[in-house]
Amino acid sequence: MSSVRHTNTESRLVRGLLIALALGFLFLFLGLPLLAVFSEAFKQGFGPYWQALGEPDTLSAVGLTILIALLVLPLNVLFGLAAAWAIAKFDFRGKSLLTTLIDLPFAVSPVVAGLLFILIFGRQGWLGPWLSAHDIKIIFALPGMVIATMFITVPYIARELIPLMQAQGKDEEEAAVSLGASGWQMFWRVSLPNIKWGLLYGVILANARAMGEFGAVSVVSGHIRGETNTLPLHVEILYNEYNSVGAFAAASVLALLALVTLVAKTFVEWRMQKETDMLNAELPPEKAPATAASLQSAPQGGGGELGAARRFPERTQS
Amino acid sequence: MSIEVKNITKRFGSFTALDNISLEIPTGELVALLGPSGCGKTTLLRIIAGMESADAGAVFFHGEEATHVHTRERQVGFVFQHYALFRHMSVFENVAFGLRVKPRAERPSEAEIRERVMKLLNLVQLDWLAERYPSQLSGGQRQRIALARALAVEPKVLLLDEPFGALDTQVRKELRRWLRRLHDEMHIASVFVTHDQEEALEVADRVVVMNKGRIEQIGTPDEVYSAPASPFVYRFLGNVNVFRNRVHGQWAEVDRAPEGARDEALAFVRPHDIEILREAVAGGLAARIQHVQAIGPLVRVEVDHRGEVFEVELTRERHEQLALQGGETVWIRPRSLRVFQGEQLLPAQHFDLGAGI
Amino acid sequence: MRHSSSRRVLPGFGLSLGYALVYLSLLVLIPLGGLVARSTQLSPDQFWDIATSSRALAAYKVSFGCALLAAVVNAVFGLIVAWVLVRYEFFGKKLVDAFVDLPFALPTAVAGITLTTLYANTGWVGRFLEPLGIKVAFTPLGIVVALIFIGIPFVVRTVQPVIEDIEAEVEEAAATLGATRWQTFTRVLFPALFPALLTGFTLAFARAVGEYGSVIFIAGNMPMVSEITPLLIISKLEQYDLPGAIVLAVVMLVISFVLLLTINLLQWWTANRHSGRHVDAGAQA
Repeated sequence: MSSVRHTNTESRLVRGLLIALALGFLFLFLGLPLLAVFSEAFKQGFGPYWQALGEPDTLSAVGLTILIALLVLPLNVLFGLAAAWAIAKFDFRGKSLLTTLIDLPFAVSPVVAGLLFILIFGRQGWLGPWLSAHDIKIIFALPGMVIATMFITVPYIARELIPLMQAQGKDEEEAAVSLGASGWQMFWRVSLPNIKWGLLYGVILANARAMGEFGAVSVVSGHIRGETNTLPLHVEILYNEYNSVGAFAAASVLALLALVTLVAKTFVEWRMQKETDMLNAELPPEKAPATAASLQSAPQGGGGELGAARRFPERTQS
Repeated sequence: MSIEVKNITKRFGSFTALDNISLEIPTGELVALLGPSGCGKTTLLRIIAGMESADAGAVFFHGEEATHVHTRERQVGFVFQHYALFRHMSVFENVAFGLRVKPRAERPSEAEIRERVMKLLNLVQLDWLAERYPSQLSGGQRQRIALARALAVEPKVLLLDEPFGALDTQVRKELRRWLRRLHDEMHIASVFVTHDQEEALEVADRVVVMNKGRIEQIGTPDEVYSAPASPFVYRFLGNVNVFRNRVHGQWAEVDRAPEGARDEALAFVRPHDIEILREAVAGGLAARIQHVQAIGPLVRVEVDHRGEVFEVELTRERHEQLALQGGETVWIRPRSLRVFQGEQLLPAQHFDLGAGI
Repeated sequence: MRHSSSRRVLPGFGLSLGYALVYLSLLVLIPLGGLVARSTQLSPDQFWDIATSSRALAAYKVSFGCALLAAVVNAVFGLIVAWVLVRYEFFGKKLVDAFVDLPFALPTAVAGITLTTLYANTGWVGRFLEPLGIKVAFTPLGIVVALIFIGIPFVVRTVQPVIEDIEAEVEEAAATLGATRWQTFTRVLFPALFPALLTGFTLAFARAVGEYGSVIFIAGNMPMVSEITPLLIISKLEQYDLPGAIVLAVVMLVISFVLLLTINLLQWWTANRHSGRHVDAGAQA
């Protein structure tokens, strides 16, 4: 393919110019900020950095961030699996409406998302009087932050799994049933192994968002240091206190998480691509093109919202 | 085990996929469901397997109603069109799957599973591929593994959806013969779906010809080929020449439609059932030779009668006797034909064409 | 279309659909409905007054103006980045490709404080802009910078697969018919990319309108000048002006839904333009 393109491409000058433009743009807007995080964090050397990270409030913010992710992700995985199973393997009325509804949280501003739960659980909310009568704290406490994070991350896993499972069809599951497998046996032995990389991909993206969410969590968090401060919120507090090293030290942890996320994401994409290639390698010509086209779009999808963006052809099919 | 299908109807929205279908398949028989795509044959197969539910009608296995029995308990072996091999399992694990998912009480021991799987892999002559993954197999190998996997649970009925559809011609031919032998050893009722008439005629004991959700004809391969029950079957199974009474009225046989009938009567004649004669005979039509082409053991002759082209197949021997030249005028006469008015087969009249010979 | 049959072979339909619907209803639909229901407790006049107060109007102007500008910049550079990533070979291309997703992985607060530091008049970038009289941090221009950062991957990842799918034959055909490279691009390639570009643009715009975390640090947050709508919602909340917050939230929600609808229509358009044949074939099958 590339040999074909050589004969029909832009001049060397134009190519160089475009590459320079693209790389310059990406460096200015992505590379420089990433460098700046670490540069600012280590501005006063290693010692103050470690000291800033060792602050009890920072450590408790890290702990809370991990706790929220651990509470949110399992529920999201279950939802993603359930929604994708229903949508990809069955036909029912209102299927495309459901698919659109799953995307709704992408369209809602995080601040509005936070407000939604204030209106339900807050002091002036629907359940507010009842909750305060029973001394249950949701807003400005952990439950509220978990719920807001759940709202924000609803679409991530489902959006990864739906196109993947649709592309795989239901032949293998039907084969398993016709061989006598029970529902669980079919799911654990056939369905889950087939989607494990797609699921992991969704979990990676959902986790990045859950740990990094700021707006929605900020609205429902009481901003109590050491208690209801997640790491991103803690970054804000430190920054506003002009504690630059502390803020950037905490930020560097999140930036590291982002880099780990990108590496993990790229690795999973590579694994999924490899599996797709392997599947297509020797398929009879009648079947190869369809599977190739439909499976490839899934692994290449980028981030969460972006996943939805990149995969638009599938969306309209249902 | 025998299969019986009674008055099955299935609709998808406003589309009627199966329209009041009834069918009986005795044990030991290999039956082909033959028809063009969209005729409902795969839907029927999936209803027999319990993977699709009918809107009306019933399915019986060995006389017992199975309409509401779940696929899991039907004990059918189903071979999918695209094999549906479990892509993340080795060939061995694919074949072992049905044994491993049995309830603990019925599950064979690991050693027994191993023995049975290897026996099946031997049967399909692919024991040397046990550790490979489906993606490393050729189409024909995948097909045989899919079959071995279906047979592992000792099904009472074997159902195959377009089993040779995705394979190239050579592999197809081998697998057909092999399936036939395998079926004969198993003593079960087998049903396979195909759109390839040659495949149906070559492999099956009986052929069920379907069109637009209905059964057009059920019969042995010879019956459906030589005595088609409808114009559709004539056209679908092999080449056929159609003679219309208005044009070809001299063939008294054709012109039997009652006065004022809506459909004109048509006579269907297979190319090899037309004789070419050098002299005029009673019931013969004058025709001009257009084109002569030898195809393997046969010689195909295209003749033109009043602007319409008909196809005649001669043996090489007969062709040598006649020594036909393009452009010359000959006489053509059917050896056997069937006349339909609309879908209705008109009773055969004794048709005295032999007088001239 | 196959409609629900009385019995299904594969198990778990009721369970999975039921769980998905309950989860989605409790978490998303009921809360959203609740917001709208709360807003109807206000009279239309009250609603209108709050929604069109001068501070709110100024906030919309900042939010939408900056989001629009950022989305335009992203559309132009996103197209170039996507093109370069698909068509050209250069050292470290795979790394760059993976790196494009950084804004999705990097928490917005981190982006916010970092961009502020970079563009402050002592920062790595700000100190070069200062002598030119360009102030970025704590001005609306800073908001645009933050929104550009947030929106980069949307355009790139939407356009990239479409460029990948363009068959080389199309360009070769144009070349054999005598088109210059530029003509081929403007007349053959760009029209093919346009729906995807527009989708990416709208996605970036929609995300930018609602963005909060990365913006508040760099914006300066001066009412009437550099205050974005989400921040105004928060300040109303902090002043216990719940009706004010609700009204602004409903306005944002309506706009978000219009954008979501637009995105869906655009995607439908893109899919149909490119797979008209498939749709026909599908209808017959």
